[in-house]
Amino acid sequence: MTTAVLIATIIKVVVFFHIAPIMVSLLTLAERKVSAWIQFRYGPNRVGPWGLFQPIADGLKFFFKEEVVPEGANPILFRLAPALAAGPAMMTIAVIPFTFPILIDGQPFSLAIADLNIGVLFFIAMSGLAVYGILLGGWASNNKWSLLGGLRSSAQMISYELSMMMSVITVVMLTGTMNLGEMFTYQAHHTWVLFMFPVGTIAFVLFLIAAFAETNRLPFDLAECETELVGGFHTEYSSMKFALFFMGEYSAMFMMSCLLATFFLGGPSFFGLIENMDSIWWRAILGFVVFMIKVGFFLFFYIWVRWTLPRFRWDQLMYLGWKILLPLSILNLTATGILIATGVL
Amino acid sequence: MKVKRMEKKLSFMEKLSIPEILKGLSITFRNMFKPKVTRLYPEERYKAPIALKGQPLLVENEDGTPRCVACSMCEVVCPALAITIKAEETERYIEREPEEFSIDMLRCILCGLCEEVCPKEAIIMSDRYELANFTRESLVFHKDRLMTPIKELEGRIRFTKEKFDKWHR
Repeated sequence: MTTAVLIATIIKVVVFFHIAPIMVSLLTLAERKVSAWIQFRYGPNRVGPWGLFQPIADGLKFFFKEEVVPEGANPILFRLAPALAAGPAMMTIAVIPFTFPILIDGQPFSLAIADLNIGVLFFIAMSGLAVYGILLGGWASNNKWSLLGGLRSSAQMISYELSMMMSVITVVMLTGTMNLGEMFTYQAHHTWVLFMFPVGTIAFVLFLIAAFAETNRLPFDLAECETELVGGFHTEYSSMKFALFFMGEYSAMFMMSCLLATFFLGGPSFFGLIENMDSIWWRAILGFVVFMIKVGFFLFFYIWVRWTLPRFRWDQLMYLGWKILLPLSILNLTATGILIATGVL
Repeated sequence: MKVKRMEKKLSFMEKLSIPEILKGLSITFRNMFKPKVTRLYPEERYKAPIALKGQPLLVENEDGTPRCVACSMCEVVCPALAITIKAEETERYIEREPEEFSIDMLRCILCGLCEEVCPKEAIIMSDRYELANFTRESLVFHKDRLMTPIKELEGRIRFTKEKFDKWHR
């Protein structure tokens, strides 16, 4: 590894790691703004221009709040759970290629923090870890509501993870790689997985629905449904520990949006406009912009759906997960195999 | 027990629920661009209608003298005992005027009886509704704070005339 590559790597890690927290803070503001607009309100507009500094004010408030550990709570797990909720979601950012590779020392230099050949597997492993934070948080709080919320979310995440992984395998079969960078390169040269009709489109819809369940967002936010469970797994949490759960949820949303863009919308590519550019630097910069626009669309979609659809009932959620999504994803996977074997795709 | 089921038969498209979800999404998306109903309060204040019974005020004539003749009718009628009047003599034609007139806004219930009972239309409910303050002392309004030029209260005076029909009964 030459010095140039080393310096570039350090810059890359610092810059791209900070994208996640920045997006999380903007997302908390965006959520409040969009929800306000949908309900004919203005949303936060007091702190800074258009309320842009609201996340900073919120963060400061969280730091100065009193920390409460309820009586009878498991002291170690209670403190460990928020970190477990926020950590894996942030770690997945490492494998996401934000844009096209650039040239350093004449060598192509990938702009994912860790350009893993098994990026998809890394993502699967990390999203499997995400359930621990919520489950332990609910269990360690010594509170009935929290426990119920934790149980629900663990069952929900496990059942939706199956169909999600099935659709990810479909994408892997269609693009023929597990490296996320190569995945969008393939899509840039051929066509986006979304347009590989019908299997790619169905996989996209399945992944989208499962992503909502995985991140505990409405209409699947049974883990923290306020009307029944007070606050679900984070009822007993206060101050920065609560904020960590929040950050975990929002960084999981950001991560899922990144993955949706990479898996199905060809990452930074845009119908041959950007990927065929001569200048590598312009290609990387514009690619990043396009990628962020795609991610932003999905993030907006998350919020948009939250303020549109009502919450599922618990049995409806399980019915949808096990009896509709899972068979559909397995069928879709089989169909993909057949279509590839017969040379249609 | 006889159970009557009120379930609606759903069509196939409704059972599929995806078109319905898209319909809902389009409604919420269009809502985002509709005019907002929120009032941005400190900048955009609510102009109360003339019928609102807000802070009671004393009417000040054009020459700067109070209209009040210190007859104490409002003091007597006030159900919350918020009004305190001390009369004094004056050289003017009306002969009496209040030396001290105070309304304790901590007690005042904004019922408007003082306005109704006043024979001179000297105490008038204004449209001022921001009645919060930090100390108890500052909420006891004395004569100097209650005196308001007649111009500001003309609308409400006309309204009370029409409403109570005082002089034409």
